Amino acid sequence: MAEELKAPTSAKCVVIGAGIVGNSIVYHLARLGWSDIVQVDKGPLPNPGGSTGHASNFIFPTDHSKEITQLTLESVRQYREMGVFTECGGIEVARTEERMQELHRRMQSAKSFEIEDTAMLTPAEVKEKVPYIDEEVILGGFWTPSVGVVDSLRAGTIMRERAQEMGALSSLPNTEVLDIEVTDGKVSAVVTDRGTIETDCVVVACGCWSPRIAAMAGAAIPLTPAVHQMKDIGPVPFFADTKGDIEWPIIRDMDTFMYERQHGTGLEIGSYAHRAILYEADEIPSNEQAALSPTEMPFTQEDFDLQDEHAMELMPDIVGDENIGEKYACNGLLSLTPDGAPILGETPEVKGLWSAAAVWIKEGPGVGKAMAEWIVEGEPEIDLHGADIARFYEHQKTREHVVARTSEGFIKTYGIIHPGEQWTANRNVRLSPYYEQQKALGAVFYEAAGWERAFWYEVNAPLVEKFGDAVMPRTAEWDSRWWSPIINAEHLQMRETAGMIDLTPFAIFDITGPSALDVVQRTAMRQMDVAIGKVIYTPVLSPRGGFKSDLTIMRLGKNHFRVVTGGAHGMADRKWFADQLPADGTAQLQDLTSSMTTLGVWGPNARAIVQSLTTADMSHEGHPFGTCRVIEMGSLRVLASRISYVGDLGWELYLPMEQGAKLWDMVWEAGQQHGLIAVGVGVYGTTGRMEKGYRAYGAELDTEYTVVEAGMAPKKVKEADFIGKEAYLKHREEDPVALMCTLSVTDHTSSSGEKRYMLGMEPILTLDGAPITDKSGRRSFVTSAGSAPSLGKHLLMAYLPPEHAVEGKELLVEYLGERYPVVVDRVGATPLFDPNNERIVS
Amino acid sequence: MEICVCIKRYPSLGSAIVLTEDGMAIDTDKLGFTLSPHEECAVEAAVQLKEEHGGTVTLVTLGPEGVEEQIREQFAIGADRAIWVRSETTDVDPQAAAAALGDAIEADGTAFDLILLGSESADNANAQTGVRLAHRLGRPVATAVKGMTIADGTATVERAVGTMREVYTVPLPAVVTVKDGLNIPRYPSVPGRIKARKKPIEEVAGNLADPRIELIGLTVPVRESKGAQDLGAGDEAADALVDVMKQIGVLS
Repeated sequence: MAEELKAPTSAKCVVIGAGIVGNSIVYHLARLGWSDIVQVDKGPLPNPGGSTGHASNFIFPTDHSKEITQLTLESVRQYREMGVFTECGGIEVARTEERMQELHRRMQSAKSFEIEDTAMLTPAEVKEKVPYIDEEVILGGFWTPSVGVVDSLRAGTIMRERAQEMGALSSLPNTEVLDIEVTDGKVSAVVTDRGTIETDCVVVACGCWSPRIAAMAGAAIPLTPAVHQMKDIGPVPFFADTKGDIEWPIIRDMDTFMYERQHGTGLEIGSYAHRAILYEADEIPSNEQAALSPTEMPFTQEDFDLQDEHAMELMPDIVGDENIGEKYACNGLLSLTPDGAPILGETPEVKGLWSAAAVWIKEGPGVGKAMAEWIVEGEPEIDLHGADIARFYEHQKTREHVVARTSEGFIKTYGIIHPGEQWTANRNVRLSPYYEQQKALGAVFYEAAGWERAFWYEVNAPLVEKFGDAVMPRTAEWDSRWWSPIINAEHLQMRETAGMIDLTPFAIFDITGPSALDVVQRTAMRQMDVAIGKVIYTPVLSPRGGFKSDLTIMRLGKNHFRVVTGGAHGMADRKWFADQLPADGTAQLQDLTSSMTTLGVWGPNARAIVQSLTTADMSHEGHPFGTCRVIEMGSLRVLASRISYVGDLGWELYLPMEQGAKLWDMVWEAGQQHGLIAVGVGVYGTTGRMEKGYRAYGAELDTEYTVVEAGMAPKKVKEADFIGKEAYLKHREEDPVALMCTLSVTDHTSSSGEKRYMLGMEPILTLDGAPITDKSGRRSFVTSAGSAPSLGKHLLMAYLPPEHAVEGKELLVEYLGERYPVVVDRVGATPLFDPNNERIVS
Repeated sequence: MEICVCIKRYPSLGSAIVLTEDGMAIDTDKLGFTLSPHEECAVEAAVQLKEEHGGTVTLVTLGPEGVEEQIREQFAIGADRAIWVRSETTDVDPQAAAAALGDAIEADGTAFDLILLGSESADNANAQTGVRLAHRLGRPVATAVKGMTIADGTATVERAVGTMREVYTVPLPAVVTVKDGLNIPRYPSVPGRIKARKKPIEEVAGNLADPRIELIGLTVPVRESKGAQDLGAGDEAADALVDVMKQIGVLS
């Protein structure tokens, strides 16, 4: 017998997990030059018993998320290279009109993210490709020829063996991780039943066991194991002559949340339609205890009863055949997260502890590559802000939140999710100090990072009448879902008088100490060595010169800076800044998010309102734009910062959370004679900023675009070194291959005569209908869309290659299966509304 | 032809068995349930006889909440109706089980030509219930049957005894206990599943007599195996592989 395996005593990196993700990571780490990698799995190889082992293994590339689509396309590229990808094509079929519209929207995303040769099919055309469906049941289909099936176990073995052949990897199967040791906030060792491995880099790639493993180190990976049901029937006489794993296109029966795929001579029927069946990581049986594998739980037929009928409706000749039996059925476990995105990156709790969890087969090798780049080079090529583990706020890591959101989200796996769709479970977790006042004004609350944010106020409904057609009313249900003309009415009123906007969700953290200036200089692109009282809006660059974030930093003292950033991305920004703190403790980060609130007051009358509440000089000269200072407003001491994200004169007022309600009442009362209204985030986040051409992180700005492309490069570059500077200097020398443009729709009328309003992510096309790709291979698509009520236009932002980035250039946008003419109104960052910023800086 | 099949569910086990804290039962928390292969063959035989001779297949089972799952599974195969004798557990003393099943069958009133059981349950393997049920009902019984034909009111059954084959005839109505290998049970089809949902399950209260044999406790034997071992890859693994083959007697 071979000798009992012993774990090495040290390693450059320990990867826990030998599923598709763990195997991809060890290969890509080795490919990037790392050696001395140890891979541990409690199960045997090549199938240790996790979700990879029972995965259905098919890949539909289109997703409405850019980063997920990119991870999928990269994964397909790798699967093809390994020779484990079989292309069979796939059709998503619709049974309802609403789904047909959604399939058109998927066509849009396919074009925006470069998935080629997709097409809408009639029922007869679907039948031609898949003769065993009943075409009477469907209204049409979305055909993707590049859909395929992979052998994920084989792929994992190939990648593991490649790493072994490079001499970079030792794999320890049947090895249980007992503990992860942490020293001074950094990972230091992995304790296994084959010995302790000292290391300062650990990757948790354990699928649905990840929460349990991460908890050993004191970190949270907020996912839950959840059941996805499937059954295999066969042998199917129609498939008797098929060769290999797959020959026929895979069908996704979207409205019943099911899929059917030929699998050899059988047909696999899978479902995401059942109740959310959740487990805890500790409830999963061991390999030995499980009848099949740990992640193949006993099938519960009662949860599949309706699905049997739906499958029989669509494929009566096969599923309805009494002579075809069920050979296999299981409740397969997979990993669900509270927001549906994977959980990738270094944990904010423990340095050197990385998560690569909640990844589907379709994303596995792409995630492996991205993780290795992130670990070795400090940044993945694909922007992964949506999957960054640092995104979670504390409450979002709780089991209750995970259970609430995954229970709500599971049924939407194949659902039609509107871009503005809100969660209903576990709301009212973070309430601003103005919450009661807002409720009294009929606030319609959306959620941002757990905060309840007023999106608009019903009390402002009469303004819709006042402004009439200027509010650009929308008649189409989809365009107006999660939207209200009141948003545009509030916008117009703010531009006339003034509006107050709750900005409590800002993430706020102070950087203090003797090295504080060094930290912010190193982090921010803009000059931070400025006079005390200056407010600087700055990009934060990634090492390769893309956007890691964009935010505002106030200099409050020689050694005191206050960073203010959007709530959605606040936790990731906090980690980014915390990572830059010196080891010697000469700078500290203090998170003030939950102790400070912010109230914005903007509009032509903002000065009169604020001035009426303070003896401080709030004149243009007394409190210039881009400065901040503490003023007294009645009995409150308020940090007033004169900046604007909405394009009007005004201030952000910062003060302790518990005093916010009093300030709200003071401003409200003082504002009454100046026509002040409460304004929701619909204006702040969309209409106000779009008119001003302000780019938003996560929409226009991510690590894949440069400051030059975004049109945000200032004339001078600061002397001090900062992250991404080298790349940034290079970008300044090069001719950009794409430029951020603002376009407007010149004719909204659809073929049915209804006016339609794009919502974002639609492809921009040339006049002859061709997609536009820049020299870096990036498609042009709408990064943000929204009303510009003061301009009477519907604006779209998009990166365009220089040949199209020409003001006055006519192009098309595709929206829900139709094309609409658009024109480039602006190239670069000069606002369309008030281009000289006279309203702000006066 | 009226056929009755007595079925009993038991947990579908992995290689390691976990006991409840008191050591008196298998911890079934993470387990699914199934029927023993003997009983699956009994249901298959009943459905084949129904297909050949007409009639109905009635299932009778003894057990707690959850046994409907196994009943529906066998409905999907082709059984028509079921009598569910409610009990707190499936771990019932064979005499008490046979009495309760007998009561239920009598109370039902159907004149069953044939009552089939598995020769023994997959968990307790007492191999008594069939015989005791036959006694209770005053019928002849053939046990551990691996072949069966029915003609002219008589069952002709085969038993494997060592290397020999015994053939008996049993006049109907009779009780027959069958063994795995009698036939190849079919898989349920999707239409079978759909039909199964509408088939009737009649619940009756189980009046179980006190057990006459008492379970003292269960222990799980210590396992020697340490799971899979990597013998290496390619030529280098050859020696280790030869060693293993010698050890298990494939090579000498």
